[in-house]
Amino acid sequence: MSEPQERSELDGTPVGRRVVLGLLGLGVVGVVTGSAVQDALSRLVAHDPTGLSQLVPLGSAFRYYSVTGSVESRDASSYSLSVSGLVARPATYTLADLQQLPQVSITRDFHCVTGWYVDDVPWTGVRLSHLLDLAAPTSDAVAIRFRSFDGVYTENMTLEQARADDVLVALTMYGEPVTHQHGGPVRIYAAPMYGYKSTKWLSGIELTDRDIPGYWEDRGYPLDGIIGE
Amino acid sequence: MSDQLPRFAAVERVVHGTLGVLMIACLLTAAVLYNGSLALAVGHRHAVELVHVWSGFALPVPLLLGAASSAYRTDVRRLNRFTPADWQWLRSKDRRSGRIRVGKFNAGQKLNAALSAGAILLLLGTGTLMFFTGLVRLAWRSGATFVHDWVALALGLLVIGHLVFALRDGEALRGMWSGRVSARWARREHAAWVDEVRPPPAG
Repeated sequence: MSEPQERSELDGTPVGRRVVLGLLGLGVVGVVTGSAVQDALSRLVAHDPTGLSQLVPLGSAFRYYSVTGSVESRDASSYSLSVSGLVARPATYTLADLQQLPQVSITRDFHCVTGWYVDDVPWTGVRLSHLLDLAAPTSDAVAIRFRSFDGVYTENMTLEQARADDVLVALTMYGEPVTHQHGGPVRIYAAPMYGYKSTKWLSGIELTDRDIPGYWEDRGYPLDGIIGE
Repeated sequence: MSDQLPRFAAVERVVHGTLGVLMIACLLTAAVLYNGSLALAVGHRHAVELVHVWSGFALPVPLLLGAASSAYRTDVRRLNRFTPADWQWLRSKDRRSGRIRVGKFNAGQKLNAALSAGAILLLLGTGTLMFFTGLVRLAWRSGATFVHDWVALALGLLVIGHLVFALRDGEALRGMWSGRVSARWARREHAAWVDEVRPPPAG
């Protein structure tokens, strides 16, 4: 009796290796061109009526970051923002106080340092430089420490960076009040910098005599966080 | 003649188990990092990120350590190699009937292994670019995020498929858990392998 001609499994063609190498090749192409492909995809699904595109990583979408457990919501009645530290005129603002100050609108791309981004996000709010002018920093003040009512998050910025025209104490996003998920009712939007510099659930602006590293800066992120650097 | 056949060596089972635990840790934390509702419900982003990143960096370690075992190396070679019977198995509609005599692994298992290995390497590479933000310029980091997202989604589906097939076949599960399978099951599912490890008596 003879066995049918059967090649042993150990001597077949190395298809597995080819699949792995092929995937790696595609991956390299994906890393180099992914940014452009993502732009095209997000234009394609910009008006998806089904909402199904939210379930897959198609195009640009915000990712919600919180560094603590759940964060309590604050509204117009419970929200307050303190401006303190090395200033001549410390102040506390309610949401209504902030809404009565001059409002500025800017539309920019939102960039996370890890690589995801969202095109053309419209923000409205009070220029941080306006609040700083009202508070009158003393000559010792060189930097700012932002605090969040999540109780943990902090951020830093030099006074010079904070005075840029496109750094806002943001009250609206996409024309609506900033939602809790996005750090509302009041958050920072610092256009020249990566997302981690734009403190969510903003509760305090403290003027300091040195640039004290914030939450992510303590965990290795760049102190300045300028987009593209 | 015993009706049990040794299928997986202890080293292979430990590698598989460790890889499984790390993979599940990666996928669960990935879901939290990616999905907005989960991210806000769980919070503690830095802790979740640490678990995700270090489980990910640890993922290839059991795969590489396993190479010290010759049983493991032989099975990696089996998974890598496709025979004409494997292609036939992939194309046929009655691939589960046992008509096509497959070796120790069927072509589906081989594809799963190759796709998983490729996906793990891609996720490691792109994850490294995302984690060490100074390595490449922003556009490439965005590209790395793009690749990482899609490959992670695909690998998650692959792992779910792998678990579904495993849970449907108690004997296959027992093979990975105890290392042994019944000869009856092996003859039905992996006939060419049985002939190889236990040659039929010459006629």
